[in-house]
Amino acid sequence: MASTVSTLSDSPSVPRKRRYMDRRSLIPLLVFLPPSLILFVTFVALPMVDAASFSFFDWTGYGPMTDFVGFKNYQDVIFHRNFGTAVRNSLIVVAVSMLIQLPLAMWAALALAGTAKLTNAIRTLFFLPYMLAEVAAGLIWKFVYDGNYGLVPIIGDTIHVKMPFLLADKFWVIPAIMLVIVWKYFGFHMMIYIAGLQSIPNEVIEAARLDGVKKWQVIRHIKLPMIWPSIVVSVFFSITGALQLFDVIIPLSNGGPNAASHTIVSFLYAFGILRMKLGFGGAVSVLLFIACVIVAVVYRRLLFTAEKD
Amino acid sequence: MASADLAVRRRRRKPEITGWQWLGLALIVLFVVVPFYTTALGGFKGIGELRVNPFGLPQTWDASNFVGIIGGPSFFRSLWNSLVVSVSTVVLSVLLASMTAFAFAHIRFFGSQFLMGFLLLGLLFPSATAILPLFIKLRDLGLLDSHLGVIVAQVAFNLSFSILLFFNFFRQLPKELVDAARMDNCGYLKIYWYVTLPLSLPIIATVGVFAFVSSWNNFLLPLIVLNTDAKYTWPLGIMQFQGEHGSDWPKILAYLTLTIIPAIGFFLLAQRYIISGLTGGAVKG
Repeated sequence: MASTVSTLSDSPSVPRKRRYMDRRSLIPLLVFLPPSLILFVTFVALPMVDAASFSFFDWTGYGPMTDFVGFKNYQDVIFHRNFGTAVRNSLIVVAVSMLIQLPLAMWAALALAGTAKLTNAIRTLFFLPYMLAEVAAGLIWKFVYDGNYGLVPIIGDTIHVKMPFLLADKFWVIPAIMLVIVWKYFGFHMMIYIAGLQSIPNEVIEAARLDGVKKWQVIRHIKLPMIWPSIVVSVFFSITGALQLFDVIIPLSNGGPNAASHTIVSFLYAFGILRMKLGFGGAVSVLLFIACVIVAVVYRRLLFTAEKD
Repeated sequence: MASADLAVRRRRRKPEITGWQWLGLALIVLFVVVPFYTTALGGFKGIGELRVNPFGLPQTWDASNFVGIIGGPSFFRSLWNSLVVSVSTVVLSVLLASMTAFAFAHIRFFGSQFLMGFLLLGLLFPSATAILPLFIKLRDLGLLDSHLGVIVAQVAFNLSFSILLFFNFFRQLPKELVDAARMDNCGYLKIYWYVTLPLSLPIIATVGVFAFVSSWNNFLLPLIVLNTDAKYTWPLGIMQFQGEHGSDWPKILAYLTLTIIPAIGFFLLAQRYIISGLTGGAVKG
């Protein structure tokens, strides 16, 4: 046994004996690792395990969990009459991101990636709403939409149309929230694209231009393919953003009217947390967690293939 | 040759941003600015004036809303609470994440890859996903209605992303520095403190700014953890203020303006780190 070890360590392919731990590194490791690990296990890892376990019980949060109900909570969530709306709204957010927000961000990025006058100022301005707390953004737009004192009724007056109270209207509340989301987040996506565009070597674009390639073709065949990783990243952010959307909803509509504008997290808050139905809420958490993991795994895949190409 | 010359000249004459693009940009600028602009001015107007004079300057600059809010008990208290929570979150996030990333980057030990993978699992899901069990956990530990509860939960959820940023940065530092220090019989703790950290100011700034902004703006977690007015952070404070004043919009707009100003100021100061953290970190992550 001893001889095998020595031949192994003597062989040129393994230049030195592999030691798993240097004795001198024990104390540093005991200083460096436990604080993070304890916090992470207590507040990130264990809570998810807890959620999974109490999603199988009928539990109000006090006393031991004894009332095992199997998948009943999941059944309750999926057939809850507002859960479908919440999922649909989250999907609408994703769709609006893909079809309106990201193209708008890309258009702005293509215009502003250069060094022309004012570009820096305009970029900063477009990014400003992203820096705002969601609550503040929500309240600002609640004012804009206010049917008595806001800007929407004023626009209505000028075009002689009686505007509805957008946020109190079952149909209009969704487009109204979507507009706030575009306003708040398009600048963030624009910044991701600008960072990507600025990393394209200038020579590539110069060469194409000298060869007489049209501006649109440069965008289509050079710029967009070269910033594909940035696009994947921003799509990922808009999907995870949609899955965790909450802060903007509360000041704007609080999920109303008639629970028409709930997102998954505001649904969880309203029906799981406020009512202390922990089994029910645990089931929502687990479903949301599964969705997040699926998105993250697909994203890694896409990003890897994007970087390999 | 001549045609290439021509192409170069023609390209030079063509402006980088065309007229149509300027028009589009101007429209987006309006879209972004108008809500800010009306908010900032609305605080000085009377409630009746909002409807008849939405875009113009106020007929009389009435600062009483602002004075009332600043003089009230809750405004500065909520800002102070937010500051305490955010600064603690920043300090702890930077310290813990950098220590852990240092161990992963420089110390070889059994299971390091596994542990790192485990700590990065947090990248998979946002804190909103775990908010309900997190609430139960904080309750069981007696941390409800305390700033500490908000802080430790925020730090825990910042860890994955911050460790990743620090780890990537530490790996790019010249390895010779650590090796040389070890030759001189310098322990890892000293290397971390005297060699690595002083070289890591850019990434400390990025992680710190990121942690600060997300803590400053956080709403869901404080909403669930805190329930005494005196402990409210400003997003809870503003929601409470709005609840109390219903549709007395000038007051609410004044409050909004007062909270937006420090945010914009901070943003303009820390812009570089914010953008590098959000875009660079995002692309690498």
